[in-house]
Amino acid sequence: MAKSIDVSGLNIYYGDFLAVQDVNVTIKARAVTALIGPSGCGKSTFLRTLNRMHEVIPGARVEGDVVLGSDAIYGPNVDPVEVRRTVGMVFQRPNPFPTMSIYENVLAGNRLNNRKLKKADADAIVEKALSGANLWSEVKDRLNKPGMGLSGGQQQRLCIARAIAVEPQVLLMDEPCSALDPISTAAVEDLIHELKTDYTIVIVTHNMQQAARVSEYTGFFNLKAAGQPGHLVEFNKTSKMFSTPEQESTEAYISGRFG
Amino acid sequence: MTTTDASPRVGRRLGDLLFAGTARAAGITILIALAGVATFLIVEGIPGIVTTQSSAFAGKASFVSYTWPLVFGTVLAAVIALLIATPLAVGAALVIGFYAPRRLATPLGYMIDLLAAVPSVVYGLWGATLLAPKMQPTYAWLADHLSFIPFFAGPASATGRTILTAGVVLAIMVLPIITAICREIFAQTPALHREAALALGATRWEMIKMAVFPYARSGLVSGVMLGLGRALGETMAVAMVLSASSAVTFNLIGSQNPSTIAANIALSFGERTGVERNTLIATGLVLFVITFIVNFLARGIVARGRKGS
Repeated sequence: MAKSIDVSGLNIYYGDFLAVQDVNVTIKARAVTALIGPSGCGKSTFLRTLNRMHEVIPGARVEGDVVLGSDAIYGPNVDPVEVRRTVGMVFQRPNPFPTMSIYENVLAGNRLNNRKLKKADADAIVEKALSGANLWSEVKDRLNKPGMGLSGGQQQRLCIARAIAVEPQVLLMDEPCSALDPISTAAVEDLIHELKTDYTIVIVTHNMQQAARVSEYTGFFNLKAAGQPGHLVEFNKTSKMFSTPEQESTEAYISGRFG
Repeated sequence: MTTTDASPRVGRRLGDLLFAGTARAAGITILIALAGVATFLIVEGIPGIVTTQSSAFAGKASFVSYTWPLVFGTVLAAVIALLIATPLAVGAALVIGFYAPRRLATPLGYMIDLLAAVPSVVYGLWGATLLAPKMQPTYAWLADHLSFIPFFAGPASATGRTILTAGVVLAIMVLPIITAICREIFAQTPALHREAALALGATRWEMIKMAVFPYARSGLVSGVMLGLGRALGETMAVAMVLSASSAVTFNLIGSQNPSTIAANIALSFGERTGVERNTLIATGLVLFVITFIVNFLARGIVARGRKGS
């Protein structure tokens, strides 16, 4: 299922403004890759180029290549809608559809692919996805209640269930715990640990302890200088990043001597 | 410092008082005006309802049998207008909000808003002299081929000045208000929900169905109801377009068409005197009550929608 991602010579623009410059990186399959860096350095922007979600903003475009497995996702005939069906995404704040039940929220992506889902198949998908998101035991008795009635941490796990219900190749997470309390954060981090056996996971986080806890690889983004584009300073095994980073600025950021 | 400290605080309090006073006065004025209109309609209307003078009901037996065709025509014309205008307005709002490139969307929005600035008498002229004759061949075709549908039973009107034509003109008149409200509501859909749908691989249309419509539902209803209020009360355009009789019929393309309350008042006010005029005012009271109920229902639906989401 899971595929690796090869990024080469990627420049990301908003209109004429170069936001992120020349990213070259290979993201390994079945592993968690964390992206860290100060605010505004382009790590979320970069994450959103991996499923072409940045194109939602008018004027946003990229140069360079992103190859998922063996498919160039910026190829001339590639539909961004298809890319997003194979690269799932979880957002900063939980965003279940407010008018849908828990059950329907999980199936939202599957309904797009296959309108006439049999009831038995649908039930199986819902149970599998919710179990995969460590939420099944908490909600199995109220699947028809609105998703908005859950706690913040449960909502976020519901969003993860929704993302994995379509069995994507890759799961992108944009600061998935920044709106959650520590207990919910721990639940989501445990879940990330379990999910990496099946999925390629890329997570953006502001919390360096979190990066150290959940990831095998870490990329550090930074601005070259104020007003300059962001770039990938260093990409390494997490254990090495947090003990003996190669770049001085990485060490400065990680040890808190930043700016 | 101490002397300058005190004066601005007093000034601010005075300002607060002035502002609260004017705001309250404005609110009360509106209530008084509304109450005044209602009182006038009731006081002046009742003699027109209870009168025994048969000329007041234009040959009909009672106030009810006189007003019923007018109520029917009013509601029918407004419903036709909304059936045509709502899909157009929602479509236009979607194009402006989600499909058109921005440099096209903004002028398009202005143009639709401009429709609201055209005086209704101009719509009446256009409807009566241009649209009605152009629609007539369509009505003839409908009467020939689709007469098994009660709405198109025929025989087709020779002039084209039917309730359907009036409905089309009304639809164009209520289009701007519904479009403006839809645009506003669609634009308020949280980016979070839109992105949730898009990230699952929804196309733009699927995103609109999953995230925008559920969020906008209650606002859409209130927009349509505001349009309905406007269509119910529209006078001039209907008076000019419609060739009215007092028929109660669902045949939309025939020469026998129910009139509307507002158009009927405008058309017959000049030739009526005394208690005959009171009867017209009483029909105005009926219209007032209908629009009141419509607005009330709209509020109810909107409030219920808010609670759900």
